[in-house]
Amino acid sequence: MKKTKQKWFYSEQVKEHFFNPKNIFKSQEEAKKYKADGIGMVGNPKCGDMMKMWIKVDKKTQTIKECRYQTFGCASAIATTSVLSEMVNGMKLDKAFRISPKEIVDKLGGLPQIKFHCSVLGDKALRAAINDYYRKTDQIEKIVTDSPVVDETLKITENDIENAVIEGARTLKDVQARTKVGVNNKKILPKIEGLIEKFKEKHGFK
Amino acid sequence: MHISYLDNAATTPVDERVLKIMLPYFSDKYGNPGSMHQKGLEAKEAVDEARKTIAKLISAEPNEIIFVSGGTESDNLAIIGTAMALKEKGNHIITTNIEHHAVFDTCEYLEEQGFKVTYVGVKENGIIDPKDIEKTITPKTILISIMHANNEIGTIQPIAEISKIAKSKDIIMHTDACQSAGYLDIDVNKLGVDLMTLNGSKIYGPKGIGILYAKKGTILQPLIYGGGQEKGVRSGTENVPLIVGFAKALEIAHSVRDKESKRLIKLRDKLVAGLKKKISNIHINGDLEKRLPNNVNISFLGVEGESMLLHLDSKGICASTGSACSSHSLEPSHVIKALGLTDEASHGSLRFTLGRHTTEEDIEKVLKELPKIVESLRKISPIA
Repeated sequence: MKKTKQKWFYSEQVKEHFFNPKNIFKSQEEAKKYKADGIGMVGNPKCGDMMKMWIKVDKKTQTIKECRYQTFGCASAIATTSVLSEMVNGMKLDKAFRISPKEIVDKLGGLPQIKFHCSVLGDKALRAAINDYYRKTDQIEKIVTDSPVVDETLKITENDIENAVIEGARTLKDVQARTKVGVNNKKILPKIEGLIEKFKEKHGFK
Repeated sequence: MHISYLDNAATTPVDERVLKIMLPYFSDKYGNPGSMHQKGLEAKEAVDEARKTIAKLISAEPNEIIFVSGGTESDNLAIIGTAMALKEKGNHIITTNIEHHAVFDTCEYLEEQGFKVTYVGVKENGIIDPKDIEKTITPKTILISIMHANNEIGTIQPIAEISKIAKSKDIIMHTDACQSAGYLDIDVNKLGVDLMTLNGSKIYGPKGIGILYAKKGTILQPLIYGGGQEKGVRSGTENVPLIVGFAKALEIAHSVRDKESKRLIKLRDKLVAGLKKKISNIHINGDLEKRLPNNVNISFLGVEGESMLLHLDSKGICASTGSACSSHSLEPSHVIKALGLTDEASHGSLRFTLGRHTTEEDIEKVLKELPKIVESLRKISPIA
């Protein structure tokens, strides 16, 4: 029989992280017992993506010693958290806090446009975990309040919408493809559209 | 690797007999059926023959068969064609909340054009109550469009009963029978419909061909204008090879229907029973009795459909999911949601649609692989 390579929808990097996710718990019990210094969770099962991140921090150096996660979501959502858990290992907290969705996507060799929101959720979960650590260790001054929250369920901020516009999104559909903002709350759509117009103007895309 | 193809509701492979009968019409018998010379007549004869065959299989007259490019065009022609032709009579259309997008989005388009559409909800088992249809009829109702069997959950709708209601109120009745053609009786008189949609690629025929059955006297405004083929309702040179192939495919489907149905019901039930036994926290979507013999649709709570689908694919099993992650819209399946289930259940749904080539081994392969996949995904899920 002729041997042909099995076709695969995503990149080779996504394939590796999806089929062999790194830094996972061996069981739900292990996750429950895990002593983390910071925990962050974003997403909602309603939307089809939910990510939870646990970090252990070296207090002296303010460096991430260990990053674990659980993900409910598609292949790119699982790959996003997996690759992120590797990226931040040994990284200073302030640097990890600034990891952008684009850095994650690049590490994965790219993601289809419609799957961008997975990477956005990944870095958001990480920031939530770091903020949680800052809160627990009384470093409140270090907590960066992103920007005003637009979508409460997904914790998507004005900043996220601005980033999407900067990265090329021009319509509500484009922005939703990247962030999923407002997918579950149609009431906020006019507000989002207003913000998109505002940021398009701000960055000279009009 | 042997591929266990369990996505026959998406499309089916072309039957070898169908392929064989089509081939001469690509290069040897290439005539345009509209030409008066011998090459044209040769092609016209093939189209006429195919039309007769199809008509006979669904108890229609040959001149009631309109060839179109597939199920989507057929649905569009039925709905927009009727709405536009009857707009002086009324502006109200009734359909359901589990229709295929070819019907759903077409109705939404008509709403933008000023028509009123009522989307009647199915019951928890995925089946429409004819009384619920009857209640929504107004003096302005011109068309009822309800699928014969659902493409996602396989539930069978009481079309004959609804047709009777439509007929008594002088309303045009359309049904999309793309999914049921291989398994159910699609006799247009028994169903009592005025319009019926069929598609080649779901019945081991070629892609790009379908028909709209339009009962004598049904007026349709064309969507495509040109040379006046298909009684002027659908212009464009007849796609002779695909038309010939479609007729053959329908003929074969008809001849193996009962035997195949019996065989697949056994395999289907084995798959459902096996999964129920081996995997906890699952939900079977749609009625188990009034259901196509080849359809299994199950939600696995705590895991997402695309992930399961891709793991299955790596093991050589092709399935499908209602999860938003695999859709273009980021919206989970409207069909699973219509059953009153949570979004989580939609995201975690998998559809297996068996077919003519499905064997006991294929089912056993799913029963062996899927429990491991669900377990590994639940292990890394924050909501399992």
